Amino acid sequence: MLECEAIGHDYSSAGRTLTVLKDITFRIEDGGYLAIVGPSGSGKTTLLGLLAGLDRPTRGRVLLEGDDLGRLAEDDRARLRRSKVGFVFQSFQLIPTLTARENVQVPLELAGTDRAAPVAQELLDRVGLGARSHHYPSQLSGGEQQRVALARAFSTRPRILFADEPTGNLDAATGATVVELMESLNAEFGTTLVLVTHDLDLAARARRNIRLADGAIVFDSAA
Amino acid sequence: MTSTGFVLRMAWREARAARRRLALLTASVMAGVGALVAVNSFTDNLTVSVAEQAQALLGADLAISGRKPVTEVKVAQRLVDSLRSTGGDSVAVASSVNFAAMAYMPTSGGARLVQVRSVEAGWPFYGTIETSPAGMWGRIQDGAAIVDPSLLAAIGAQVGDTMALGEGRFPIVATVINVPGDVGLQMALGARVFVSTDALPGTGLLGFGARVQHETFLRLPGTIDPQAVAASAGPVLRAERMRVRTVADDRDNLTDGLTRLGNYLGLVALAALLLGGLGVASAVHVFIRQKLDTIAMLRCLGATSGQVFAIHLVQALAMGLLGSVLGALLGVGLQQVMPIVLEGFLPVGVRVVPSAKAILLGIGLGVWTAGVYALLPLLGIRDVSPLATLRRDADPPPRRRDPARIAAALALAASVVTLASIQVGSWWQGAWFAAAIGGALLVLWLASIAVIRAARRWTPASWSYVWRQGLANLHRPANQTVTVVVALGFGAFLLTTLFTAQYNLLREFRIDGAGEGRPNLLLFDIQSDQRELVSGTIRGEGITPSPFTPIVPMRLSEVNGQRVRQILERGTTTVPDSVESEGGERDGSLWAFRREYRSTYRSDGATVEQVTSGRWFVPGATGSGRTADEPVEISMESGLAEELGVGLDALITWDVQGVPVFSRVTSLREVNWAQFEPNFFVIFAPGALNGAPQTWVTLARASNPAARGRVQRVLAERAANVTTVDLGDVQRALEAVIDRIVLAIRFMALFSLITGAVVLIGAIATSRWQRIREGTLLRTLGATRWQVLRIISVEYAALGLASALVATVLASAGGWALARQVFKSNFVLPVVPMILLALGLVALTTIVGLWNSFDVLERPPLEVLRAE
Repeated sequence: MLECEAIGHDYSSAGRTLTVLKDITFRIEDGGYLAIVGPSGSGKTTLLGLLAGLDRPTRGRVLLEGDDLGRLAEDDRARLRRSKVGFVFQSFQLIPTLTARENVQVPLELAGTDRAAPVAQELLDRVGLGARSHHYPSQLSGGEQQRVALARAFSTRPRILFADEPTGNLDAATGATVVELMESLNAEFGTTLVLVTHDLDLAARARRNIRLADGAIVFDSAA
Repeated sequence: MTSTGFVLRMAWREARAARRRLALLTASVMAGVGALVAVNSFTDNLTVSVAEQAQALLGADLAISGRKPVTEVKVAQRLVDSLRSTGGDSVAVASSVNFAAMAYMPTSGGARLVQVRSVEAGWPFYGTIETSPAGMWGRIQDGAAIVDPSLLAAIGAQVGDTMALGEGRFPIVATVINVPGDVGLQMALGARVFVSTDALPGTGLLGFGARVQHETFLRLPGTIDPQAVAASAGPVLRAERMRVRTVADDRDNLTDGLTRLGNYLGLVALAALLLGGLGVASAVHVFIRQKLDTIAMLRCLGATSGQVFAIHLVQALAMGLLGSVLGALLGVGLQQVMPIVLEGFLPVGVRVVPSAKAILLGIGLGVWTAGVYALLPLLGIRDVSPLATLRRDADPPPRRRDPARIAAALALAASVVTLASIQVGSWWQGAWFAAAIGGALLVLWLASIAVIRAARRWTPASWSYVWRQGLANLHRPANQTVTVVVALGFGAFLLTTLFTAQYNLLREFRIDGAGEGRPNLLLFDIQSDQRELVSGTIRGEGITPSPFTPIVPMRLSEVNGQRVRQILERGTTTVPDSVESEGGERDGSLWAFRREYRSTYRSDGATVEQVTSGRWFVPGATGSGRTADEPVEISMESGLAEELGVGLDALITWDVQGVPVFSRVTSLREVNWAQFEPNFFVIFAPGALNGAPQTWVTLARASNPAARGRVQRVLAERAANVTTVDLGDVQRALEAVIDRIVLAIRFMALFSLITGAVVLIGAIATSRWQRIREGTLLRTLGATRWQVLRIISVEYAALGLASALVATVLASAGGWALARQVFKSNFVLPVVPMILLALGLVALTTIVGLWNSFDVLERPPLEVLRAE
């Protein structure tokens, strides 16, 4: 379960403080499917970063499975991400110097799994890239890269998956394939899905929508 | 364990794709490690070779030397007799006499000052003396001479000719190739001539005033320990002003000297390695900057900052190891060159074998340097936030007063001090070296900051676009000014400092220089009744000799009431430190008490002397020196006074040919020994010594070498005991020796420049992509390739100029400090050579810069823009 309690976040830039999130409170149950939507600059990405424990909120609390992320040290948050969180990014964020399979292996190895290579190969087979496991990211198309990123995100069977504009860099057809894949994995593993997007069609597929504007929630379909 | 496994696997996977970028790190340590391994390996070889050939160095087990032959000193003779009776037939004795004399070729008319070494049959007992033609060594016992090949060339003779030494005539049967234990420096004062001791009386050269060194060599059976003999007989012999030497003494002296030379050469090599460290730091910095995305992603996936840090540290260490191993291989190759660089300067034949110790030490130092320099930029990894996967500008500002960074900086400083101390063998000198390096780097860094500010503020708006853009490159974001100025400036600073020091050192010795009017012919051992003849001969060539200076040989008998004989016997003085500190260089301790003084008397001071305390002689105020109540005034060289532990008003009694002369020190002088003038440790007020047995010395300047040759020839024929030294020859010999050492040091310093070039290439690579992109944009906007080329030229020429200027200023300070503090000589700035060096550096920087930026001109704009 993921909860946020009255979180707010400020950035200081050139000596001025900029408030990007104001008093955000909601909760997602396990296995939930949430889309966060809103215009550019509304605070979507910042909220995603806070929910995933990539940063600490200036105010309020984020609780992931009961752990207060703001109270954990950076390396402890890293360990928590390692075991419970998966990511998918708009720009794929594969490590360019590793092959497809090695990219999928990284979270498994970090978790200390013995069978990292066969498990990674299996996941690549699942996303239809089994034959391309030795290719480097630069040798793959955008859609293929995003599928590798999906395989990586699900490799450790995370409790929650965060996706930042997962189809933003893909054409419509490829984007649809990726989303279907994400949803089927969500269904199969019972993973909670949180995605941030501009794409209202994509958001419509989620069971719940939260709309942000100027750093505050202006609409919550569950409310 | 899984964490370690992960770190190692990731380090390997990442390095696989970044080989080219990491190669820069490898290259940065390679040259420095290569130079270190070459020097240290060679020094090890030398030490081993000296140990292996130790017996041959002395050619005997024990040697007793002094101004008198053993037969004239009772205790010495008794020692030899007792050794003979203990050891029986297995004891062998051979005596030798060394002195300087004029060799003269009646056939060609050539004459030259030589060092005569007479030996008796049997010596050397160990080792062989190589001659050409081979196997002629024994022939000297038949009345022949064997000489240095340089002598034949100098006096126009060849093997088979007959040479005159005083009244004696010696057929030259061979030239000598190698005499164990002799170093190049010794030959500066004259070529060696070997003859039989039995033939010496026939030369008539051993009369009054001749400075003769007698040496008796003994071969001992295994039952007698030479070290024990030396220890027990040493004090008694010392009191008689005789020295006893063993194989171990010779070996230790030589090893010490050679190790010191090796250590200093190693220090120059170490400077290259430390400079390479800068290359490592800049390579790692660039590498990390390019890896920010990956680092952020790894953090996002749950890698701890420690793990990410470890992945990159392992990479830096692995590349450092690779560079060190390659460097060690390079060093082993270079080591083969070292004997050639130092040819003729080494006392033993050196077997060149790679030294495992030197190789391991070199690799260890290389890896350590790579690690410790990589640490600071690597610590930046901890500041990379996982949030950077979502937003590029997410990095928090670097922490202030970060304990890890402070610790890394301290570790770096401590490492430099430790490495230098290990290399030079002294903490104090190591710290000085580190401080000097640190100071130079600091100045270069400050200068580079000043260049950046100056370029930002003072580039005139009226200048053409090409100039403004080129100079703006010096201060724009991600500029390379600091790296290039520091790295290149440091290499140039080392080389230029060595150049200025060498220039000044050699200038001190220069005698033939036009218009300087310094004397270049030195004549000594002139008997009183030969003054007319010598003066006439010189004047016959149209040259005016300087006034004749008297020389009176004497020894110390009492110093402030202490009998010198007792001091020598005891082996210590009341002066605790002064003697010991100089001991290594001045023939063991007590040299000042033991030596024979060749003093003069006169009323005026010489030009090269400066009274530092007390006053010069007042006419009429000085005593006769005949009794202790009437001491004659003397002026003493201040260094000698320190050695003897005396000051003004000290009372010193001299033994002048058996007659006591009482004296009082009334002034201390500084003497510039580097000047070729008759310099004296002790000068007496006139009066007391006028009647003492004395010889005379005079100087002359003959610009024409032929005239100098004629004077030498005539005097060798008509006054064989007079020694004539062509100072031009001495100068050339000294220069040859200094050149050898300087060549060796420069050879090492070259590696700093090579490393500097690697760092330069690295610095250029840092901004290469940005440069290509900008150049392309400029071309898209309509700039011609020629304009882009000129912009790049302006930038690199400015960088080269800034580096050269700072390096020149630093090197002038360094050269001044070396000249004044170490060599105690005057300092003159070699202006023209330094300007040429600086221009060379500017050219080098511009060429390397243009060569590396060639892509900017070659790539079609569209290709670059598409890759964006």
